[in-house]
Amino acid sequence: MFAKNMFAKPLAVASPLPSLSTGRDLRLDLFRGVALWLIFLDHIPENIMNWFTIRNYGFSDATEIFIFISGYTAAFVYGRAMRDRGFVIASARVLRRAWQIYVAHIFLFTIFMAEIAYVAATFDNPLYAEEMNILDFLKQPDITIFQALLLKFKPVNMDVLPLYIVLLLFFPPMLYLLMWQPAFALAGSALVYVLAWNFDWNLPAYPNGVWFFNPFAWQLLFVFGAWCALGGAQRLSGLLRSPAVLAISLAYLLFAFAVTLTWYIEPLGRFMPGWLSDWMYPIDKTNLDVLRFAHFLALAAVTVRFVPREWPALKSRLLRPAIVCGQHSLEIFCLGVFLAFAGQFIISEWSGGPLVQTGISLLGILIMVATASLISWYKEIEGRSPNSRDKPPDADLAGGEA
Amino acid sequence: MKLVIAIIFATIALTDGAAIAAPQLEQCDVPQSLIDSDADLARVMNDVKTKHRLDISVVGSGSSVLSGPDGARSAYPARLEDVLKQRLVGTDVKVTAHVQSQETTATMVSGLGKVLSDDKPNLVIWQAGTADALTGVEPEDFHASLDEGVESIQAAGADVILMNMQYSPRTESMLDVSAFADVMRLVAQAHGALLFDRLAIMRYWNDAGTFDLYTATKKYDMARRVHDCIGRALASQIINAAHLDAVRMQTTR
Repeated sequence: MFAKNMFAKPLAVASPLPSLSTGRDLRLDLFRGVALWLIFLDHIPENIMNWFTIRNYGFSDATEIFIFISGYTAAFVYGRAMRDRGFVIASARVLRRAWQIYVAHIFLFTIFMAEIAYVAATFDNPLYAEEMNILDFLKQPDITIFQALLLKFKPVNMDVLPLYIVLLLFFPPMLYLLMWQPAFALAGSALVYVLAWNFDWNLPAYPNGVWFFNPFAWQLLFVFGAWCALGGAQRLSGLLRSPAVLAISLAYLLFAFAVTLTWYIEPLGRFMPGWLSDWMYPIDKTNLDVLRFAHFLALAAVTVRFVPREWPALKSRLLRPAIVCGQHSLEIFCLGVFLAFAGQFIISEWSGGPLVQTGISLLGILIMVATASLISWYKEIEGRSPNSRDKPPDADLAGGEA
Repeated sequence: MKLVIAIIFATIALTDGAAIAAPQLEQCDVPQSLIDSDADLARVMNDVKTKHRLDISVVGSGSSVLSGPDGARSAYPARLEDVLKQRLVGTDVKVTAHVQSQETTATMVSGLGKVLSDDKPNLVIWQAGTADALTGVEPEDFHASLDEGVESIQAAGADVILMNMQYSPRTESMLDVSAFADVMRLVAQAHGALLFDRLAIMRYWNDAGTFDLYTATKKYDMARRVHDCIGRALASQIINAAHLDAVRMQTTR
C-alpha cells in the first residue's frame, strides 16, 4: 500500500529532495565526529579534560548534536532508498540498522556487567555501605539481563543507543510522512513533544523510574534533523542568512554561557535573579528542555553561518581525524563507551592525576581515530572486491551510517 | 661513614614518618570557600546567644550512620555534638539523629512533623539524595519533596542545613547523583537555607590526598575518620553561618 503510493507519486516525492543529489556534506561528519569525542570525554566522570566539552559552556551538549545529525543522515540515506526503491526496502534497511544497534548495545552491556561485577567482588568500604546497594541488581542476574534485553535496564552512560533504537523503529512511517508532507510531519513531531511534556509520557525503566532520554521528547530533534535533510535546510536558508537570527542566536548563546558560569563559580550565583531561576530551572535533559533545544538551534545557526558547506578546511588533513570518526558513528560511539569504561577503570584502580586523565583522554581519541581509519580502509578494499557489486551505492554517500 | 649515612637515613625516615602519621586528624581542613555561604543561621545565632541552647536534629539515610560497633558514636552526628560542645563552651548542645538507611526524601518528609514536635530543634541538618538516586526517584519529585520539607521546617521556626551526597568514586559510574546535587543547591538557594556540600568537600579530600576514597577495606578506621572530619567541617559551617565565634569569646572571657 505504502510502496504503491511511493511508485504512484515518484516525482512529487523526489522534488522536495534537492539536497540528496549534491553528495556528502562533510560538515555533518565533522561535527558528529567531534560530538563522539565529547561524549567519550563526558563519560569519564573524573576527567580534567571534560572541562573542554560544550556542556560546560551552555545548556545543550554533544548528545543534541549526535541525535540531530543522526536524524539528518538517516533521512539522507534512507530517504534516497525510499525514493528509489520504495517503502518496503527502505524500511527493511532502517530496521536492520536498528537491529545492529541493538546488538551493539547488548555487547556493551556485557562489558559493563563485567566491570560492575568486578567492582562488586573487590570493593568494600563501610563508608559506602549505602551506595553499594546499587550493586543489588547483581543478586538477580536473570531479571537484570532480561530487563537489559528489553532495553529497560540501562546502566549509567548506556542510554543513548536505546534511544536511537526506538527512534529508528518508528522512523519508516515518519520518513514516509516527511517526504510526503514535511510540514505536517514536523508539526506532528512537535505535537508529540508537547503532549509528552503535558502528560509526562515516557517509557518505563528497570528497576524503577523512566528512560533517561525520553524518546517522546528527543524524537523532535531527530525528526527535525531528518526534516532538514529532506529540504528543510534549504527552506531555512533565507532565515539562517538574516542578521537578526544571527544576533538572536549569539545573544542566546551568551546568555546560556553566563548562566552556566553561575553553576561553576559559586559567588556569581547571587547575580542570578530569583524569578529567572524559578522560571528556568530545572533545565531538564531527560525531556529535552526547550532551553536546551533552543540552545542547540542557536549553536547550529551560528555554525552553519560560519562554516560553509564548501569550507576548504573540511578537506584538510587537520580535520580528517574527526571526519573519519563521524563517518563510522555507530562503531565509534560503541568504542567510545567502552573506552570510557576502560579509562575510568584505570583512573580508579591505579592513578587518577590530571596528567593520567589527559593521557587517557587523548589516547582514547587516538584509538577512536585509528579504528575509524581502519574501518574506512576495510570499506575501501571491500569496495574493490567483486562481492560488493550488489551493495547499494548510496550507503557510502553519507558515510554508510545513519 | 656508613654509620653517618645510616643515621641520616634513619633521621629522614623518622621525621618523614612522624610528618605523615601525626596530624592525620587535623589535616582534613576544608577550604573556606566550600564552607562559606550567603545564608545565615539566624535562629541558631539568636538561641545560642540568648538561651545558650542548641538543639540539632539530623534527618538522613544510611550515609549518616556507620554500622558496626560504636557505629552511632563515631558517625558524624555524634562527632558534630562533641566538636560543638568543645567550641561553644557554655552552650547546651544536643544532637539527635533520625537516621534510616535507604529512606527516600518523600518518606523523610512524612516523618518530619514528629521530629519537629519531639525535638523542638533550632537547627535541622537534612542529609538527602543518595537513597533517591538509588531507588530511581525522579529529580523533579525529589525537588518537590525537598521544597515541602524545607518549608515545613522553616515554618516550625528552625534553621535548615541541607547535606548532599557522599563523594563515592567507585560507584560513580553506576550511580549518577549530579542531578540530585543540583536540585539540593537550588532548593537551598531558593529558601535561604545552607548547603553543606559534602560531595565537593569529600572530593576535595580525595584530590588533596587527605583520604583515598577508592580504597577497598573492611575496616572502619577510614570511615570513622571521614565522619569525624565531616562533623568538624559541619561544626565550622554552623559556627560561621551563625556568627558564633564572638559568642565563644564572650563566654570564655
